[in-house]
Amino acid sequence: MSQMKMTDGPVDWECAHCDTPLSPGKVSLDYMGSRFTVELMRCPTCGFVYIPEDLAMGKMAEVEGILEDK
Amino acid sequence: MDQKELRELERKCIQDEPPFCKAACPIHVDARLFVGHMARGKLRDARKILDKTMPFPAILGRICDHPCETQCRLKESGDAIAVGALERACITHTTSSKKIFKLPPKDTKIAIIGSGLSALTVALDLTKKGYPIHLFDGAPKPGGTLCDIPASLLPREAIDDAITQLKEGGASITMDTPITPERFETLCDTFDAVYLGYDGKNEGPLGTVFPMDKRGLTNRENLFAGGKIKGNSPVYLAAQGRWAATSMDRYLQKVSMTAGRETEGPVPSRLYTNMKDVVPAPKKMPASPETGYTSDEAEIEARRCIQCECLECVKVCAYLEKHKGSPKAYVRQIYNNLSIVKGTRTINTLINSCNLCGLCETVCPTGFSMADVCHTTRQHMVQIGKMPPSAHEFALLDMTFSNSDDFFLTRHAPEETKSQWLFFPGCQLGGSSPQHVTDAYAYLRKNLHPQTGLMLACCGAPAHWGGDDARLASVMEKIKGAWTTMGKPGLITACSSCQSIFTQFLPEAETVSIWDIMAEKGLPAGSQGTQSQMMPLAIIDPCTARHEKGVQKSVRSLLTDLGTKVEELEHSGEHTECCGFGGNMSNADPAVADEILKRRISQSPLDYVAYCIVCRDHLASAGKRVHHILDLIWPEHTAPNPGFSMRQENRLRLKSTLRETLWHEKCPEAEAYRRIPLQISEDALKTIEGRRILKEDIQKVLHHVKNGGKGLKNPKNGHRLAFYKPLKVTFWVEYEERDDLFVIHNAYCHRMTVAEGGR
Repeated sequence: MSQMKMTDGPVDWECAHCDTPLSPGKVSLDYMGSRFTVELMRCPTCGFVYIPEDLAMGKMAEVEGILEDK
Repeated sequence: MDQKELRELERKCIQDEPPFCKAACPIHVDARLFVGHMARGKLRDARKILDKTMPFPAILGRICDHPCETQCRLKESGDAIAVGALERACITHTTSSKKIFKLPPKDTKIAIIGSGLSALTVALDLTKKGYPIHLFDGAPKPGGTLCDIPASLLPREAIDDAITQLKEGGASITMDTPITPERFETLCDTFDAVYLGYDGKNEGPLGTVFPMDKRGLTNRENLFAGGKIKGNSPVYLAAQGRWAATSMDRYLQKVSMTAGRETEGPVPSRLYTNMKDVVPAPKKMPASPETGYTSDEAEIEARRCIQCECLECVKVCAYLEKHKGSPKAYVRQIYNNLSIVKGTRTINTLINSCNLCGLCETVCPTGFSMADVCHTTRQHMVQIGKMPPSAHEFALLDMTFSNSDDFFLTRHAPEETKSQWLFFPGCQLGGSSPQHVTDAYAYLRKNLHPQTGLMLACCGAPAHWGGDDARLASVMEKIKGAWTTMGKPGLITACSSCQSIFTQFLPEAETVSIWDIMAEKGLPAGSQGTQSQMMPLAIIDPCTARHEKGVQKSVRSLLTDLGTKVEELEHSGEHTECCGFGGNMSNADPAVADEILKRRISQSPLDYVAYCIVCRDHLASAGKRVHHILDLIWPEHTAPNPGFSMRQENRLRLKSTLRETLWHEKCPEAEAYRRIPLQISEDALKTIEGRRILKEDIQKVLHHVKNGGKGLKNPKNGHRLAFYKPLKVTFWVEYEERDDLFVIHNAYCHRMTVAEGGR
């Protein structure tokens, strides 16, 4: 997952706080003492990171399971 | 678990014990596997089994006197499998493809006197080990007593082939050489070891018999002997040759003559095979007894074999079946899993998904408890900090909720200042059927004793099941403290899990099931006979009441009083099955819990009746019509399977309702986030509950947004998306704000966190 690109291009979501469309950016994710750098959609102004449902319930859940078994 | 405990546990599981046929065979031919191949028409695979174990399968396979058949379990109710005839058929219809691998030649010399089956076996086994063999016999032709067997049964080419095989292996064979006493002494003096093969002839080639033991040792140091068998059993002749060859090899290598040879020869087997459903079938007779079975006849006969094995526990447990092994294999895997220092612990799910129901121990011939193994392993994993956080967390958080001020309550009965009894309905009855708690509590005050207090709490079963001793101790401390303050009254449970926990961890309390009390005091007025028009119901005993015969009897008595006709399932009483909730199974492995549920609901077309509220809800969640016994007693309050969120809401409401109506206490207003109104479609709720997300979690996210938390918006459909992480899990909620409520479209969650500064 480290250094993976997790974005599929533009999304319908915008930052409600900044009224700004999201754009890809490098984000660090932590779990069980491991850190991964991935590319996710985020607000370029305030940095709010969007974690889509298919990522959370798919790849992220899978990696969480692997890390929990370490 | 240390190595010693591992070995003791492995020994307790008898699945890998040899089948009775193999154990009875002096040379341990795996007849079960051999017959299994024959039953599938795989003659070449069957031949490989004989080639692997038998010396000269082309000889022994034709003439073996098959002591295995005396131990065949089918013999108890009919004909044993004709292993001997099947071996003959296999040999007749196949050729050997076995390649002989010889070890490098050794510089010791061995003499073998005689050329019967035991002598030839010694020659073969020692040739393979690289010993130069010199075989001498006074007879003009090799074979000894083999030559007395009719050629129609044992073709002479088989003996010739054996001699050729030995010669190709480097053995020197000298026939027509009388072994005089002088020649014998010379052989003993000039060879490093000598084997004297009697092979059925009482006095042997020398006319004297040396005392010998089972392993072929005699009273002369380098002299070994064998082949003196009553009845001239071919397989024992071969076995004696094999044992003597082992002794000679050990003698020449100067190693122990006895170590590791305990299982040589026929041994008893501890294997258990359930013969309950075995229908005896007669032995297939060959059309031509002279030539033996054809391939087709052999296949028919071999198909009668029941392939003896135990697997009593696996037969009744979808969880044990799912992992495709037996407890013996699992316990080794668990030991290895615990030994991992760095790397992936691949069987955490196996450890955490056992429902700890104890059925395996009940059906196991030796009482092996997978539940005990998994539970102690969980305790160990928690202690060393290696328990996966997600395995039991949802159940533990539910337990924490039930023991927080949101639900926990202890009171003497209204207008009473002490308690003779204390009703402990349990968190699940309070969550799933709150009105029945109220009904049952009123019943107890009226019919048992007016001084019956009430305690609303969770007994700590989720912590016990999850191996979290510290959390369990904390729960028990709280319950024990409250119980002591109440004057240590007798505890009345409505849940067999609570009963089991209190019996183990609060033994100083007198604990009694509400079903025992109701059976003694009688049903509430008006409910007797009310169910007499209903169809019969199949009764579900909860797994935690497996050994509670008194409780089982009380429930059946109550059902009879209600007018219910009760049918017993095959798996009831002591042999009852778990519904998939026990041991936190449905959290750790929802798929296996679903399989268990599926099997359980298909065991009878009748509606079920349970006396565990979790059993009722779980079985109902799979579409089965299930009643709780309280649903029959007070039918107006029936509402099966409310779901996780509604259970928590019901508990909150139960506590406040009871406080207000019975004790006239004013309850504080619910916390602000709990007052946020939600609208969730049935489909969305199903998805959300499946992800173990509660309405409370969603309300916390929305409360966070209402208090300035950021979020996203979708200009196309007007939806909003926001997240909040109350504890360890981050919850995302997609919603719309409409008028005065929130319409929830979706919710999902994850445990990974965006690193500091990432938002």
